[in-house]
Amino acid sequence: MRKVAIIGIGQTKVGEHWSLGIRDLALQASLAALRDANLEKVDALYVGNMMSGEITGQEHLGALVADALGLRGVEAMKIEAACASGSAALRVGTLAVASGMADLVLVVGVEKMLDTSGRETTSALAMAADAEYEVSQGVSFVALNALLMRRYMHEYGWKREDFANFAVVAHENAMNNPNAMFHLRITPEKYAKAPMIATPVGLLDASPVSDGAAAVVLAPADYARTLSPAPVLIRASAVATAPVAVHDRKDPLALEAARLSARKAYEAAGVGPEAIDFFELHDAFTIMSALSLEAAGFAERGRGVALAVEGEITRTGRIPIATMGGLKARGHPVGATGMYQVVEAALQLRGLAGANQIPNARLGMTQNIGGSGATIITHILERMV
Amino acid sequence: MIEKVADNWRLRGQRYRLEGEVCPHCGAVIFPPRDICPECGKPAKEPKPLSGRGEVYSFSTVYSPPEGFEAYVPYTVALVKLEEGPMVTAQLTDVAPDEVEIGMKVEMVTRKLLARGEEGTIIYGYKFRPMLQRGA
Repeated sequence: MRKVAIIGIGQTKVGEHWSLGIRDLALQASLAALRDANLEKVDALYVGNMMSGEITGQEHLGALVADALGLRGVEAMKIEAACASGSAALRVGTLAVASGMADLVLVVGVEKMLDTSGRETTSALAMAADAEYEVSQGVSFVALNALLMRRYMHEYGWKREDFANFAVVAHENAMNNPNAMFHLRITPEKYAKAPMIATPVGLLDASPVSDGAAAVVLAPADYARTLSPAPVLIRASAVATAPVAVHDRKDPLALEAARLSARKAYEAAGVGPEAIDFFELHDAFTIMSALSLEAAGFAERGRGVALAVEGEITRTGRIPIATMGGLKARGHPVGATGMYQVVEAALQLRGLAGANQIPNARLGMTQNIGGSGATIITHILERMV
Repeated sequence: MIEKVADNWRLRGQRYRLEGEVCPHCGAVIFPPRDICPECGKPAKEPKPLSGRGEVYSFSTVYSPPEGFEAYVPYTVALVKLEEGPMVTAQLTDVAPDEVEIGMKVEMVTRKLLARGEEGTIIYGYKFRPMLQRGA
């Protein structure tokens, strides 16, 4: 297997793109990544996306985006794994380059969520859950996270307000990210007063629905330095799964697929959590941040929230998370989110994260979660120069 | 939300009788049925109706519902740990949201899950209510 590097990155602003369709968004991020890599052609294109069929009536995004980019005849496919679709596409691109089946690969994650009503988008998101045994009971995607959060609070004795810092820190970090959806500081008081979506999950526990696209260009690491002044090595790429339905998991608070995919990634990279300089985790809900920190080995069980309470998740803390705003404040265009995490991690590793730069960042980890924890994809990235 | 007649008809055993399976190899009780035991990985196709009794493992009161459930807001969904072992996701009924607590004993009842206007399919299935006190 060959080592794989990122030689170009691109992203659109996350937000409400009334004037841009799904093809336009994918195109903008892709062109930015190709420009960054100083390339016009690639051998293959993989598009991460969850709900284009449901929301925009458009599937077949592989060929659609390839054509828009003028990549005549190129191999192209859409990759879907619910909210982990972006990282899943990166995984497939990484396999293609690592195996030698392709040399230059473009990966773009894209999602358009705001052209429909909130109710329709809620229903489309619920398709990540078990249709026959969860969604049929009136359980929204938010409610599944709420069930986990309530049980977590019950088992470990945390209160709702203890989760506030996950949201506060994300919003603070987004202030310096021009591509973030929100540039709005929030306070623990504001968090406490937010209206309930599904108890105990309030509006400020949840990431927003958003439009956006983010892309990278991959190349064999051996000649990445000849193509890019600042390539980023993919040290590890690991996918693990768990039952789709929360009720089918033996230990719902364990986030087993996160533990497995993090362990595989650590083994592949030959490092442990103590070597990671920052962690772009999947803070779709505050409870997911706590569970991910525990499953990835940054906290003992039931202690993930303590990292937020004690301020250890800030840019100067023990394990900085959501350094450019995370899903909570950069926004969560679901099928693009995994790619935003990777693009932001690459910015950190290139030293281009501006005011949010983690000093001397060498190893960054991203973790993208599909559904309420059924598909979990972890990447470890390393600065090459 | 699945609203096709055939999709719901296929689930009638589970929806109306909470029909699960028991593994002939390791004795694990399985719900929903999946024909392969999640405990030992061997085939498990022996049907087993469950008692419908259990307790609340967690719950949430929904204020922002998926399409089709707007008329029922606010309603409470729960993870119910059945006395035979499996966990099931279902709505709670006959109880106010602020009366629900983790550990509360509940039992299955059959209720309407969803109805779409005059012409649409009416979907029935299991919900759970606080266990009734029965005479000795």
